[in-house]
Amino acid sequence: MSMINSQVNPRSDLFQANAAAMLHEVSKLRELNAAIAQGGGAKARERHESRGKLFARDRIDHLLDEGSPFLEFSALAAHRVYETDVPAAGVITGIGRVSGIECVIVANDATVKGGTYFPLTVKKHIRAQEIARKHRLPCIYLVDSGGAFLPRQDEVFPDRDHFGRIFYNQATMSAEGIPQIAVVMGSCTAGGAYVPAMADESIIVKEQGTIFLGGPPLVKAATGESISAEALGGADVHAKVSGVADHYAENDMHALQLARGCVSRLNWQKRGKLAMQAPEPPKLDPAELYGIVGTDLKKPFDVREVIGRIVDGSNFDEFKRYYGDTLVTGFAHIHGHPVGIVANNGVLFSESAVKGAHFIELCAQRKIPLVFLQNITGFMVGSKYEHEGIAKHGAKLVTAVACAKVPKFTVLIGGSFGAGNYGMCGRAYDPNLLFMWPNARISVMGGEQAAGVLAQVKREQYEREGREWTIDDEEAFKQPTREQYEHQGHPYYASARLWDDGVIDPLQTRDVLGLSLAAAMNAEIEETRFGVFRM
Amino acid sequence: MISEVNKFDTLLVANRGEIACRVMRTARRMGLKTVAVYSDADANARHVREADEAIRLGPAAARESYLNIDAVIEAAKRTGSGAIHPGYGFLSENGSFVSALEQAGIIFVGPPASAIAAMGDKSAAKARMANADVPLVPGYHGDNQDDALLFEEADKIGYPVMLKASAGGGGKGMRVVEKSEAFQAALEGCRRESRAAFSDDRMLIEKYLVQPRHVEVQVFCDSHGNGVYLFERDCSVQRRHQKVLEEAPAPGMTPELRQAMGNAAVRAAQEIGYVGAGTVEFLLDADGSFYFMEMNTRLQVEHPVTEMITGQDLVEWQLRVAMNEPLPCTQDELTITGHSFEARIYAEDPDQDFLPATGKLTRFTLDLAGAGLQADQVRLDSGVESGDTVSMHYDPMLAKLIVHGVDRNAALATLNRALAALDVQGVVTNRAFLQRLATHPAFKNLELDTRFIERHEATLFAPRDYSPEDYASAALVGLHQLTQERESASPWDRHDGFRLNAPHTVRIALNDPKLSQSTSETESSLVIVEGRRNAGEQNWHLTVNEQTFRASLIPLTGDAVAITLDGQRRRLQAQQDGNALILADPNGEIRLLWQRMDAVDHGQHEVQASFTAPMHGTVVALLVEAGASVEKGMPLMVMEAMKMEHTMSAPANGQVENFHFKAGDTVSQGDVLLDFAPSE
Repeated sequence: MSMINSQVNPRSDLFQANAAAMLHEVSKLRELNAAIAQGGGAKARERHESRGKLFARDRIDHLLDEGSPFLEFSALAAHRVYETDVPAAGVITGIGRVSGIECVIVANDATVKGGTYFPLTVKKHIRAQEIARKHRLPCIYLVDSGGAFLPRQDEVFPDRDHFGRIFYNQATMSAEGIPQIAVVMGSCTAGGAYVPAMADESIIVKEQGTIFLGGPPLVKAATGESISAEALGGADVHAKVSGVADHYAENDMHALQLARGCVSRLNWQKRGKLAMQAPEPPKLDPAELYGIVGTDLKKPFDVREVIGRIVDGSNFDEFKRYYGDTLVTGFAHIHGHPVGIVANNGVLFSESAVKGAHFIELCAQRKIPLVFLQNITGFMVGSKYEHEGIAKHGAKLVTAVACAKVPKFTVLIGGSFGAGNYGMCGRAYDPNLLFMWPNARISVMGGEQAAGVLAQVKREQYEREGREWTIDDEEAFKQPTREQYEHQGHPYYASARLWDDGVIDPLQTRDVLGLSLAAAMNAEIEETRFGVFRM
Repeated sequence: MISEVNKFDTLLVANRGEIACRVMRTARRMGLKTVAVYSDADANARHVREADEAIRLGPAAARESYLNIDAVIEAAKRTGSGAIHPGYGFLSENGSFVSALEQAGIIFVGPPASAIAAMGDKSAAKARMANADVPLVPGYHGDNQDDALLFEEADKIGYPVMLKASAGGGGKGMRVVEKSEAFQAALEGCRRESRAAFSDDRMLIEKYLVQPRHVEVQVFCDSHGNGVYLFERDCSVQRRHQKVLEEAPAPGMTPELRQAMGNAAVRAAQEIGYVGAGTVEFLLDADGSFYFMEMNTRLQVEHPVTEMITGQDLVEWQLRVAMNEPLPCTQDELTITGHSFEARIYAEDPDQDFLPATGKLTRFTLDLAGAGLQADQVRLDSGVESGDTVSMHYDPMLAKLIVHGVDRNAALATLNRALAALDVQGVVTNRAFLQRLATHPAFKNLELDTRFIERHEATLFAPRDYSPEDYASAALVGLHQLTQERESASPWDRHDGFRLNAPHTVRIALNDPKLSQSTSETESSLVIVEGRRNAGEQNWHLTVNEQTFRASLIPLTGDAVAITLDGQRRRLQAQQDGNALILADPNGEIRLLWQRMDAVDHGQHEVQASFTAPMHGTVVALLVEAGASVEKGMPLMVMEAMKMEHTMSAPANGQVENFHFKAGDTVSQGDVLLDFAPSE
């Protein structure tokens, strides 16, 4: 084990400026997070509380083991996406410990538009199920939802990854032996009725939970029958008459207690096996991450300084240190779990790509989880590189990343541009989880580069037409593109659309990765079979 | 007078618990081989573990083991033990045992049978004391035990009177009777206890002095006619006539009074031809007059306080005297240095009427370094260690904590520190009660008498009102335990309340066990302490009842922790027993139950009116018929456990529907004893 030798000077002006800038971003993130945690606003909260119901986040708190971490996903979902505010897309998802077992929790927030499903609500719910399947984690649905958001039915109902997929996932996960537990703490109307109905075990709360395919207004319209919601599909109906629910709860707290009981009886065994070490905090101070990284993507930093503040004991055994050194690869432990780390330290060249592919093969062979730290402007361009075949070397890296069946975790710690995103296990490469730091940016290329490319095309057009294009004109032309890229490349924009699983405070990276790794160990690590590497 | 030298090289200790361990310690130091004896319940007890050899006496019941004279003598023969030390209790004042040893040619480390007999019968003893000019309390000590006569005698002496078993000791078969109407019932109760404990139900009656102090004088005589006194001890703080706190020297003694009492004590001993260690107990009245109460012809439980102030080892003295050596010191050579206290650590719950407790001692340690104490200030005479089991069969005293200081105040301060340093887990003890006693202003101010506990009941048993700081401190211990780094590699095991982009949040729910006795155990009686801190922060922000503290806990040596609240740092002993969080310092203890929020039962359950046995024991008597209508507080059933009687009373007006046991039945802890239907 070799400890990373830090060169950081925390007293330098650059460090101080970086730290202040990052702290500012993190503070903004915390404030936004706190606002989102309030759900659907004071009035809706008051109404919710007056019915004797707990808030979604409080339900999660009481469901979890005392002091359990909660690794929340995509709190920024739907942030500034719709004309109306839909905090957290109206559903809270994440991994938490219940009765000693890591579970995925999906909790509707009825204070947000009655818990109805916007397109991003559906996407977030399905993403949580995907995470559960991939990590083999029991699912607990705390249901309190009016079903699909009807004005947007075309975006939530018909397609493959729309509402129906939720129940498809429940059925197929159950078939895989991944427990599905539903707690009905409010409405489960229409399609929503299938959440408890498709669950392995379901719990319903007296005088709060209702389950029906058609609610009282629909029944009245269809058959003329006048009936209350409670009499149509309340707890007494489903726990005593219909058998749709299995457990009868006195109140929210009791329901959550019953859910904990269900989980405690799963006879759950973790299947992942890693040669663990006793965990050890980094020897280098993680608080220095702010000052090392800063928020200006143009200012480079040695990614080893970042690695040293994330891994156990700041110990990092580097692989091929002196070859293809714009990509750093090596072995370390995070919260005791062995990991292979792949991290950018500059633009990707052929050598770095091949080195990366080699290292990923090693980890897949040894069944060691991979952690990608992305800070990548892309692959090197120019004739020299094209002629030496950087495309096929890059393809090797992409093939290795795509095929590796070990758990993969990606953190965007800086830029994530172009094919670099692919080679470094971007969203399309199915990492188990993907997180962004608040300073990160993601787009097909940098805003400046995109503006430059577009301006170049424009200038050529002007020149063909023999017209003049002043520098000022060009600048004016480029500005909107820069702004668009800055806007769309921002982590909040990305996270709002679920291109990632959340924006995280750099200081929490080690814990986030540790929690993720430990959760991933519920599933067996599969054998990898790689595709054809173009030689 | 015997003059030959009685040498022996093997000593059998016919006792158990702390005194057996303590005697063997000195014996080993003197080069003797030590032999322990044990009952089945004590097969791996500490005294057995520490002995060079040990012999099984019989089953758990004392009658069949520690009181079994034949078995003890047989054990001595098997091991070639030349002498037997009886400790206190059991056979220590049993004349037939001493006679049997004399016949068997085994040395008894104690007085001759004749001296025991002279003092063992309290009534006869008084007569002899009168001869020796030792002052006596008015009373009846006659052989006529007719109920009516005893009743008359009590009237003659004048109430309140004290009823005592003639053969008794240790608080058994002993009751105060306040008025004549209560006399008959008390007499029957005393006789029953006395029969059970001593197979003898003769009673004596004495005037009950209202504010007397209990002062006893340690005497020592050898077989060469020498007798000295090793000064006095004050044992005024008693509960149900069981000593709780003892000290030496007695506060407020003048040299003249000390000498007068000492000389009277030596006279008393020599009057009966005493040899060895003995204690002459006096009642000291407010006016300085003192009355002979009784003489204990054994080494007393509280002998260590005398050792602490005189620098002598009384067990060594006993063994030397048994070897026919002369006393190691003359009266002139004995002096008093400083002050000493002894606190008796019992396995009993002061908040539940001192109900004896049993179970496994998961931890029994004294963290001297953590409490900032030196080894020469504190002595722990213990019969148990971590991992031992406290059984129902014997006296619930686990250990004695003895301290020494330059004067009474210094010794008392040390006692309070030492009590805080005592960490007992798994079994309830009277530690907190001892702390309340020892920190009581009246105790410090020397307002001592044998009814100290009764007089200060209101303050000694009052539930302490915990401050927000107390709750915050206890919660911090819980938080520290939840969040400390574990061997386990999973960060999910850390329970640090991790939340993304938000302060980590952990709530600790605390329940004051004293308060929850009066209120029903509902969530509303819980105090929730919320701890929040951002990623990377060491300090918690603790919120209790809308008050927020910046708080941190740093572990020090042993159990000691430094708790800092808003910049004020305090050193405390942090202990945890099951779900009880305990913080002790020289001012007392904070004891709060940590209610795991994820373990609260939120379902509705009917409350059953049933009585369960508080511990393993025997049913002594059913006091009403099944089906009887009873009033609140009426006694329904008497159980005996740990040699004490416990009465089950009606919790409300209602009807006893059914008894599940009859007199003589053995019941286990948790057994339903009877069904009760409240009438409201």
